[in-house]
Amino acid sequence: MSEFFHAVTHYPFMLNALLTGLLASVACGIVGTYIVSRRITYIAGGIAHSVLGGMGVAHYLQVVYGWEALEPLYGALAAALTAAGIIGWTSLRMREREDTVIGAVWAIGMAVGIIFIAKTPGYSEDLMSYLFGNVLMVSKGDLLIIALLDGLVLIISILFYNQLLAVCFDEEFARIRGVNVEFFYLLLLSLTALTVVILTTVVGIIMVIALLTLPIAIAGRFTRTLWHTMFLSTVLIMFFTTAGLAVSYTPGLPAGATIILVTGIGYLAAVTGIRFFRKSHH
Amino acid sequence: MDTKPVVVVRDVSFAYPGNSELVLQHVNLAIYEKEFIWVVGPNGGGKTTLMKLLLGLLKPLSGTIEVFGSTPAAARKRIGYMPQAATLDPKFPVTVMDVVLMGRLNNFKAGWYTAADKNAAIHALEQVGLAALQHRRLHELSGGQQRRLLIARALSSKPDLLILDEPTVNLDQQVEQELYRLLKQLNEHLTILMVSHDPAFVSDFVKKVVCVTGTVAVHPTSDVLKEKVGDLYGGKVRLVRHDKHQENNRTYKG
Repeated sequence: MSEFFHAVTHYPFMLNALLTGLLASVACGIVGTYIVSRRITYIAGGIAHSVLGGMGVAHYLQVVYGWEALEPLYGALAAALTAAGIIGWTSLRMREREDTVIGAVWAIGMAVGIIFIAKTPGYSEDLMSYLFGNVLMVSKGDLLIIALLDGLVLIISILFYNQLLAVCFDEEFARIRGVNVEFFYLLLLSLTALTVVILTTVVGIIMVIALLTLPIAIAGRFTRTLWHTMFLSTVLIMFFTTAGLAVSYTPGLPAGATIILVTGIGYLAAVTGIRFFRKSHH
Repeated sequence: MDTKPVVVVRDVSFAYPGNSELVLQHVNLAIYEKEFIWVVGPNGGGKTTLMKLLLGLLKPLSGTIEVFGSTPAAARKRIGYMPQAATLDPKFPVTVMDVVLMGRLNNFKAGWYTAADKNAAIHALEQVGLAALQHRRLHELSGGQQRRLLIARALSSKPDLLILDEPTVNLDQQVEQELYRLLKQLNEHLTILMVSHDPAFVSDFVKKVVCVTGTVAVHPTSDVLKEKVGDLYGGKVRLVRHDKHQENNRTYKG
């Protein structure tokens, strides 16, 4: 553990990794709470996997055409927002097709990504870092973008907390109260897209879902209102990402996977702990 | 006493998009101030459709609907709506107060609810007798309390018309009676339109029964009560009454 603190204070990449984890926790706690309460985890899953397409295309253009400025993170953003738009539009227009469209966006996004990564000259270890995260590789520039996205998610969620809550809780009633349900639903999916992009830098595309759901499930057992859940989840995710980083450092384990494992253990402990507590009190 | 019309439905027909079958045909209906209207009819008869038309969630294929002299969508601010309790997720992390405050929502009013919103919410909770439970979580309420909460949410916007969708489904008789007394009280200031399967709910304070079976027939409650109300869904009684009424309607229109 002391080695970890030494690394954080002496190596910029470790400090960046720690800060990325802490920043990502804010967006993840807030948006994850909306996603879990509204039960649209599978939409978040679809958006997350579609991100690979954007990353693959952006990286290809960078390497093959020399578009240096087009970081994979921008490609990820474009892909995530497009996926959110497509899924949102179909789910509002033709509800029964939603599952199919999510599946299509999910798989086609990955297929596009894999094809472009395969055709990109050079060693394709990037694929692994997209899929499973590369938090130790986060640059100062990435960190700035993550901070900006985080700020955007935070401001929108605070300003429109009431509307987003109402749309998640009872869409029809919100509509009767004059709330533009379509707008706020698409806004929520866009926030989901931004959050997913932030999280892929920490734990990668495939494991995003765990961070978006497990800490919220733990927090939900102790909280009464949505914003309490958001707050407690954020604190929990901060703890899990930091603990995961710390645990992974000395033995040199993959950071993203270790964070997810720590989160999973935390979830199991909370569930069984509560069971045990209830039994001993009844 | 029955003076100003709150709702005027003129010759309205409706079919869902992509479906040629008319759910409602040539519906005419007028609802007056402080009336208590009981909307009955079989499943698929068009009760919910009629309600959604009045709320402006659906648009009629032909005919016109006026609510408080304007279009339903424009009149929504003056309508309090209570959906079926089953449509809500009881595990959703919200408190009683959170839910009631949703009645005070506006479209783009960013930020927190005002003190006026909170006062209106508390007043609404007092009206239904739930003020003491305002910090409880939704799933900690009993079935009857959840219905009261949904009524309070509808009341918090200070509506002039209250529309209730199946308020008594799955409640035991005692709770149902309490709810009945509450609505009777509210009816002193409000026009109420209630969709309900529950024949026990009909009583002396319901003045009009609107029967929806593809079209709409209005009966004074006394007529319906003369029959065994429970037979309303028995087919024969309803059909006979309904047809009779339709014929009257036609003569009247002609």
